[in-house]
Amino acid sequence: MALLQISEPDAPPVPREQRLAVGIDLGTTNSLVATVRNGIPVVLPDERGHPLLPSIVHYGEFGVDVGHAAQLVQARDPQNTIVSVKRLMGRGLADLPDERRFPYRFIEEPGMVRLATRAGVKSPVEISAEILRALRVRAEASLAGKLAGAVVTVPAYFDDAQRQATKDAAKLAGLDVLRLLNEPTAAAIAYGLDNAAQGTYAIYDLGGGTFDISILKLTRGVFEVLATNGDSALGGDDFDHRVYCWILEAAGLPPLSPEDTRLLMMKAREVKENLTLHDATPVIARLSDGSKVDLSLDGETFTAITTQLVAKTLGPVKRALRDAGLTPADIQGVVMVGGSTRMPQIQRAVGDFFGQPPLTNLDPDQVVALGAAIQANVLAGNRATGDDWLLLDVIPLSLGLETMGGLTEKIVPRNSTIPVTRAQEFTTFKDGQTAIAVHVVQGERERVADCRSLARFELRGIPPMAAGAARVKVTFQVDADGLLSVSAREQTSGLEAAIVVKPSYGLSDAEISRMLEDSVAHAADDMAARALAEARVEADQLAMVTHAALAADGDLLSPAERRTIDGALADILRLRDGADAKALLAATDALNRATGDFAARRMDRGVARALTGRSVDALT
Amino acid sequence: MIDFSRNHFELFGLPERFRFDPAMLDSAYHALQGEVHPDRHAAASATEQRIALQSSARVNEAYRALKDPVARAQYLLSLHGVDAFDETNTALPFAFLERQLERRESAETAMADGDAQALETVLADVRAEAGELEHRVASLLDVDGAWAAARGAVRELRFLAKLAADVDAMLAAQDN
Repeated sequence: MALLQISEPDAPPVPREQRLAVGIDLGTTNSLVATVRNGIPVVLPDERGHPLLPSIVHYGEFGVDVGHAAQLVQARDPQNTIVSVKRLMGRGLADLPDERRFPYRFIEEPGMVRLATRAGVKSPVEISAEILRALRVRAEASLAGKLAGAVVTVPAYFDDAQRQATKDAAKLAGLDVLRLLNEPTAAAIAYGLDNAAQGTYAIYDLGGGTFDISILKLTRGVFEVLATNGDSALGGDDFDHRVYCWILEAAGLPPLSPEDTRLLMMKAREVKENLTLHDATPVIARLSDGSKVDLSLDGETFTAITTQLVAKTLGPVKRALRDAGLTPADIQGVVMVGGSTRMPQIQRAVGDFFGQPPLTNLDPDQVVALGAAIQANVLAGNRATGDDWLLLDVIPLSLGLETMGGLTEKIVPRNSTIPVTRAQEFTTFKDGQTAIAVHVVQGERERVADCRSLARFELRGIPPMAAGAARVKVTFQVDADGLLSVSAREQTSGLEAAIVVKPSYGLSDAEISRMLEDSVAHAADDMAARALAEARVEADQLAMVTHAALAADGDLLSPAERRTIDGALADILRLRDGADAKALLAATDALNRATGDFAARRMDRGVARALTGRSVDALT
Repeated sequence: MIDFSRNHFELFGLPERFRFDPAMLDSAYHALQGEVHPDRHAAASATEQRIALQSSARVNEAYRALKDPVARAQYLLSLHGVDAFDETNTALPFAFLERQLERRESAETAMADGDAQALETVLADVRAEAGELEHRVASLLDVDGAWAAARGAVRELRFLAKLAADVDAMLAAQDN
C-alpha cells in the first residue's frame, strides 16, 4: 500500500522535482532549443512545427521579428534585417574580412562593431539576444514554466571575446547560463551517449559561419577533449558567397543594390542546397531593374569553385591531430556536424583524409542542441542513473601577456584542460618603478600585435625598489565556461589588482544592466517582481541543496556549526514568502557563508571516496 | 576542497616514482574529476561552485605535471629538494649539444625546402633519443634514488622536448 507523504512542518517548500533546463544552439544560420523529456533529448519546435529558427532579426516599423518572419522580408529590407550576426560577435570592424559583403550600416566603435538600424544603434550582443529571447519564449511556452537555466553552445574555436559576448547576449535575453558548451563537444555527448561509443573520435563541425575540429577520447563515461582547432570565420556562408561571385561573373552583372545583393545571396544558398541532391541546378532570378538571371550550375563546377574552402578546413584538422599526438589512422570515427557537412565535396574530402567514410547517421542540424540539452539537464540537478558521465574540455587558444618588446609570454597553452589556474612571476624593468601594465592577449603568434588583445589593467602603488626586485605574480584562471579572469599581486607588499577579463571587445556590466533596464519587457514594477522571483528561486535552490548536503554528510558538522546552518535555513524559510527581496538575498548570502567550510569538507570526503573506490576496483 | 598540501602523487594515490602505470594515473584523474569538476556542482551553492572550480583546476594541474615526463621528473626532484632547472647551472655535455644543433640545422633546412618527410625523420630521431633518456632517468630516480645526479639527464630530457616541440611546430606550419 502506498503511504501518503507528509513533509516536516519546518521543511522549506519542496521545489518542483524536474528543474526546467534547455540546451540552445545559437547558430550562424539557424538556432534551436532542446530539452530532455522523460529521459530523451528532444528539439522543441515552434507552434507551426518548425524545429529550426532562422537566426535572422528584422527591425521593422512595428517591432522586431525573429526567424521565419524576418527571413521573408530580408530581400526587401536588407539594412534592417540582420543575418549571420554570429560572425560579428566580439568583433571590431577591422576584424571583418570584407565588410562590403554585409549590406549593413556599420558604426565603428571602440570594441565591438555596432549596426545602425531603424530601431537605433544595435550591438551584435543585442541582436543575438533577440534570437535567444525568441527561443526562451518558445521553450517556456512549450514546457509551461520558467526556465531554471540554459546551456548555450559556442564554436570550440571562439576566443574569450566571442564567448563573453555570447554569455552577455544570453543574460540580456533573460537566461540563466548554466554553462557555455563547445559545439563539437555537445555533438560528441549526444553521439557518444546514443551509440555507447568508446575510443578516439574526430568531430568535424562546419556550420554556417564557423568551423571546428575536436578530437575526443571516450572512455567509460568520460568525454575528454584532447585537442581542438578551427576557424571562427569559415562556414557555409563562404560557400554561398563563392556561388554568388560565380553568378555575378557568369551573368556579367554590374555592382548591385543591397536588395539585389541579398536576393542573389539567398539564391546562391538555394543553389548550394539543391546541389546536395542533384547533379545540376538552374539559377534563375529577376533583379529590381527587371533584368533576368538565367544560368545553370553543376556539381563539378561547384566543387571546383569551392576547392580552396574545403582545403582550408583540413589545415586545422591536421593541427588538431598533431596537438593530440595522433594520426588519421588512430581515429575510430569521424562525426559530421553542421548543415554544411551535407555538401558532397566535404564528405568526400573528409573521407579521403581519414581513410574512412564519415558518420552521417545523425541530424547534423540538431545534434549540437540535443547534446546541450543533455548537459543542461544534468547541470540543473536532474541527474538520473546513467548520468554519471564526465566532460573534460579544453581552451582552444593560448592565453598570455605582453612582455618587453611587444612579445607574448604564454601563460596557459592552447588545449589546456579547463578549469585551469596558472601563475607566473614578473618583475620590474626600471629602478623605482611603481606600476606595471598588464596586457592580456590570446593567440598563438609570437608578436602581441598578431594576437587578440583581451584586456589591459594596471597594478599601481608598488613600493619603489631596484629594477628586478619586485615580484609580481600574475594569475590566470579559466573557468569551466572557458572564460578568463586575471589577477596580479605584488608579493613583497601584498598589493593586489584583479579583473574579470571583460575584453575591450565586450560590453561592460553597466552596459548590460542598462540594456536590461531599457528593454520594454522590464518596466519598473516588473523589475521588482522579477527581482523577488529570482531571489526566491535562488533561496529555494540553496535551501534544497543544503538540506540534501545535510542529509548526506551532516555528520561532518559540529553541533554548533549545525545550529548556525539550521538558523540560516530558518531565516530563509521565514523570509521567502515575504516581499523583501533584499532581505531574502541577504539571508541566502548568510547561508552561503555558513556552509562554506561544510562544502569544503564534503569535497574532501568526495575526493577520499573517489580514491578508495578506485583501489577497491583495482583489487577486484 | 581538496587538501592543497598533499603532493601530486598523494593526490592521485600513486607511488612517488618516475615510472608508474599511466592507466592508474588516468583512472585516478577521472575518478577525482568525477567528484570535484564544476559540472558536478553546478546546482550547488555559490561557495561550493567556487571550491569545485579551485579543486578541479588543482587536479588538472597535478595531472599535467605527472603526465608529462619532463614535468614529472622535475616535480619528483623538487620533492627531494633538487631544482632541476636552477639558472646557475645550465651546462649540458658538448656531444649532446652538438648532436641537437645538427638536428636543428637539418630541421631548418628541411623546413626551407618544404620537406615534411625529412622533418618527420628529425622528429622521430629526437623522440627516440628522448625515449632512451627516459629509461636512464627512470633508473636514476626509481632504482638509485640519485636525485642530484639525475639533474643532468632531466635537463637533457627537457632540451629534447623543446626541440621536438619546435620541429613539431615547423611541421604544423606546413599543414596549412
